[in-house]
Amino acid sequence: MVVGSVAAIGAGLAAIGAGIGIGQIGKGAVEGIARQPEAANEIRSNMIVAAAFVEAVALFAVVVALLGNG
Amino acid sequence: MHLFNFYQELRLFKNFITIFAANFEIGMYLNRFKSLLVVSLSLMAIIFSTAVMANENHATADTNHAASTAATTAPHEAKEEGDFNVTETILEHIKDDHSWHLWGHTSLHLPVILYTSKGLEYFSSEKLVDEHHEPAVYHGNFDYKLVEGKTKIVDANGNVDIAASKQLWDFSITKNVASLFISVIILLVVLLSAANAYKRTGIKSAPKGLQSFMEPIVLFVRDEVAIPNIGAKKYGKYMPFLLTIFFLILTNNFLGLIPFFPGGANVSGNIAFTMTLAVCVFIVVNLNANKSYWEHIFWMPGMHWSMKLFLAPIELIGVFTKPISLMIRLFANITAGHILVLSLICLIFIFKTVFASAIAVPFAVFIGMIELLVAFLQAFIFTMLAAMYIGMATEEHHHESHEGAAHH
Repeated sequence: MVVGSVAAIGAGLAAIGAGIGIGQIGKGAVEGIARQPEAANEIRSNMIVAAAFVEAVALFAVVVALLGNG
Repeated sequence: MHLFNFYQELRLFKNFITIFAANFEIGMYLNRFKSLLVVSLSLMAIIFSTAVMANENHATADTNHAASTAATTAPHEAKEEGDFNVTETILEHIKDDHSWHLWGHTSLHLPVILYTSKGLEYFSSEKLVDEHHEPAVYHGNFDYKLVEGKTKIVDANGNVDIAASKQLWDFSITKNVASLFISVIILLVVLLSAANAYKRTGIKSAPKGLQSFMEPIVLFVRDEVAIPNIGAKKYGKYMPFLLTIFFLILTNNFLGLIPFFPGGANVSGNIAFTMTLAVCVFIVVNLNANKSYWEHIFWMPGMHWSMKLFLAPIELIGVFTKPISLMIRLFANITAGHILVLSLICLIFIFKTVFASAIAVPFAVFIGMIELLVAFLQAFIFTMLAAMYIGMATEEHHHESHEGAAHH
């Protein structure tokens, strides 16, 4: 029971980190597009790739939490 | 709230298409046909929601037959259902299996192929379960029983014979293997027909049919993945490898998103599958690595000798962590997506009311849309990182720049 709760806290902490990271990426991308609308397509694709990297780190943590749980 | 989410998801999907089509100027047509796009995507959402319903039936059939009637508000049967174990249900759908659920109570029983000290043996997986879907003992050359999803040899009392089970080699066509076969067939049909079209009409004439669908994707891998990361001179040698992993991951990701028969297996969310791909990348990268790559690992140029000693083990670990991160990234992304959709559907069974589906289904559709993006994105990222690692291993270094860097 305790192990499960700790795993959930770990997954939650990972989600905070990923949230901050993806927020920063989105902020950067929107600012970039606002300054240079003609580069919107390139910025957007780079933004999504970067977001996927950040998300992957959070998912590593979720996998570790699941493994620790089991 | 949900409408808002739905609108967001439409925009997300549009973005997905524009990235995909960035180089082919479809983006500007998208704006023109926005209303058409909204209609088509709404249709798609409706189709998806029925698919999700099918998934719901699937969950029901597997765990408890009473649950499907319980969902349609039959109070006394709902009690019979007892505790609904969410974790168990989800993990059952995530993991590999010997049978493939088709519809209702019908499943496809896949063959079990075993190699033991008494030779090769094959039988239907139907014989490993009894009528209540509980593991049963099959009497072949040995007595076989499924223990936690794995085939083991048991003795007369039904206990696992550990020593004999170690001699057991399981080559069964499981759900994942069968799904992999299907994706291989799809890939062969699509890619060979496109390749034959080039043979027939040459590369100068305009592409037709499937060929015109595949050409932009192949060009996308070449222009966005291979050339920027490996370099215009050397990329040709690695294109077959990169295209193979790209299309294999993409097909398996998309098949995994289909909740019913031809899809539904969690192939790219299987760590063995992603490990195989990562090992292939590891082999390709290290076999093609040049002298300067190894020099940068074991004896970093332009550093003090004590720093070189310090850096060598770190760089050596880096050789192995790169493919490991590839492996875990794909596995975790696809598995997490499947768990997310399944847990949203499980909400209906947790609340034991059909009205929970008013929340669960739109959210599941929303997540499904994001998963479409992730399915493409993960295939792209895996290929791009593989290309990047190959590029790093084959890069030609100019030593003047390192002497410049050493002054820092």
